[in-house]
Amino acid sequence: MSASAEATVLITHEVGLHARPSVKFTKLAKTFAAEVEVALAANGPWFDAKSIVKVMAAKAPKGTLLHIRAKGDGAGEAVVALAELVRRDFDESGDHARTA
Amino acid sequence: MPGPLRLQGISASAGYAEGPLFRLDRTALHYTVKATAADEKAALEAAIGMATGRLGALIETADSEAAGILEFQIAMLEDDALSGPAFAAIDADQPADAAWRRALDAEIAGYETSDQDYFRARAADLRDIRDQVLRALSEDDESAAPAGAIFYGEDIAPTRFLETDWSSGGGIALKAGSAASHVAMLARSRGVPMVVGLGASPANPVGVALLDAEHGGIVLAPSKAEIEAFRRSSSSFAARRDKAETYLARPAVTKVGTAVRVQVNIADPSDVDGIDIATCDGVGLMRTEFLFGKTLPDEETQYRAYRKVLEWAGEKPVTIRTVDAGGDKPVPGFTVEEGNPFLGLRGIRLSLARPEILRVQIRALLRAGIHGNLKVMFPMIAVADEYARAAALLTEEQTGLAARGVAHKMPPLGIMVEVPSVAIAPEAFADVAFFSIGSNDLTQYVMAAARDNASVAHLNSVRHPAVLRLIASVVAFGRERKIPVSLCGDAGGDPASIPALLEAGLRDLSVAPAQLAMAKAAIADVTV
Repeated sequence: MSASAEATVLITHEVGLHARPSVKFTKLAKTFAAEVEVALAANGPWFDAKSIVKVMAAKAPKGTLLHIRAKGDGAGEAVVALAELVRRDFDESGDHARTA
Repeated sequence: MPGPLRLQGISASAGYAEGPLFRLDRTALHYTVKATAADEKAALEAAIGMATGRLGALIETADSEAAGILEFQIAMLEDDALSGPAFAAIDADQPADAAWRRALDAEIAGYETSDQDYFRARAADLRDIRDQVLRALSEDDESAAPAGAIFYGEDIAPTRFLETDWSSGGGIALKAGSAASHVAMLARSRGVPMVVGLGASPANPVGVALLDAEHGGIVLAPSKAEIEAFRRSSSSFAARRDKAETYLARPAVTKVGTAVRVQVNIADPSDVDGIDIATCDGVGLMRTEFLFGKTLPDEETQYRAYRKVLEWAGEKPVTIRTVDAGGDKPVPGFTVEEGNPFLGLRGIRLSLARPEILRVQIRALLRAGIHGNLKVMFPMIAVADEYARAAALLTEEQTGLAARGVAHKMPPLGIMVEVPSVAIAPEAFADVAFFSIGSNDLTQYVMAAARDNASVAHLNSVRHPAVLRLIASVVAFGRERKIPVSLCGDAGGDPASIPALLEAGLRDLSVAPAQLAMAKAAIADVTV
């Protein structure tokens, strides 16, 4: 079977998808077997969501609409979980000054 | 024997440190080339593993802020995407050290060219990662810094900061560096004095140095008198800081109940991340030169920077100064080489000579104006015509934006009072919305004593009666014509100068964020 899923989510974290948020994001992505990618625009370029080097290089600041897509086993769950993490502000809300 | 040398930078973490200089840039690592590519790969793999292990050990004792930084570095090191190009280069017959260095340098370059401060600051983390692996690859152990040392060099690695025992004092003095770096954040939270942006030093300094990270300076090869004066400032700072913390959350009032507005000076949009807006009355000065650091920033970059600060401040005012390049702040591709730059084409003079650059900034400001309580001021105004020409550019750009249907708002326009001609004859400027006294430049021009020259530092005092009399007369003029007057120079945050400034009639000061608490505490001691 080859499931696939997509979602878009707004990054509200003060420093964007960087440093500590990107550590959490890639760690979570790695827990899924599916191939997961992120992009800053619907038509790409797409970056491997399990690589912190690639995710950081995407340079997604606050206010970016992040596109997430996944293919393979657990694709749906992966996209939902990752979008949820971004929506929850990486569980760091209210602590922005110290998260960078 | 060279005399004392005073270098001026920017405070990234307030405090004082006296100690031996420890040069950060002197380590030469020795790597022994291996026999085969397979051996090179094994060496690199082992070095990455060693560096990861060392970081893991540091996490054990780190607080949550430091642990976040270390976890980020470990995650980067464990990512094959980082080391992949290095292993590929080894296959193409490069030794492991050169392969790793090139791979990481390519990655670092991507961060250094970012138009976002936050991203540029991450280059220091990447350099740290690079150097940790290079150290693990080489055989030499890095020489340890003596206790209480002042680390001096281009930049300092976060792990170097975390490995250092700061309990016996010490500090950080960087030629480059950034107040938005991880190290700067750590230094502020641990109370380690740190200064950035000192620039190149003319000599190869050694020996004891005095780091004054309250005012952002360092004295190399100090004289005995300087050491004594420094120790007095240092102990008075420690006493004031302890007491001042209790004042931070309260509005500033003098001993007899006179309210004083205290705003903050910022140089970088990320400066506001560490400030609680409730503790200040707004931004009295946002410098915009930082945006012009390496390249001329486009309208969008500027718009985002201004908008961020305006949204942070909410209803409180944010006074943004148009680019004040020249003098001691050269910008490649913008400023000109001059024999006497402080008296040359700087501030508004340069902006009016190159209006295409000012126009970009004006459009960004007009657009950002809808996101908060913006005020705009011009630096280095000497005659009324300069103000009129600058204001006319705003009107022109406003017309252009309106014609294109772009949302914008015209802010109140004011001027810096820093050229003596304006302070002596302010009546030429009766139509400006506000005055902001730039005490650093006003003092150096009134006293004819350059502020970056240690040999005339004794003359460069805002408390000279000539300077204070000018300040008082500008305040009186403002009061008569109902034009608000504030002060945004370093003197505003200097507890020793605050009494004289309030006596001169000022009720609105703008200070460095690190001096906010101390300024409020000093105000509370004044009987005006």
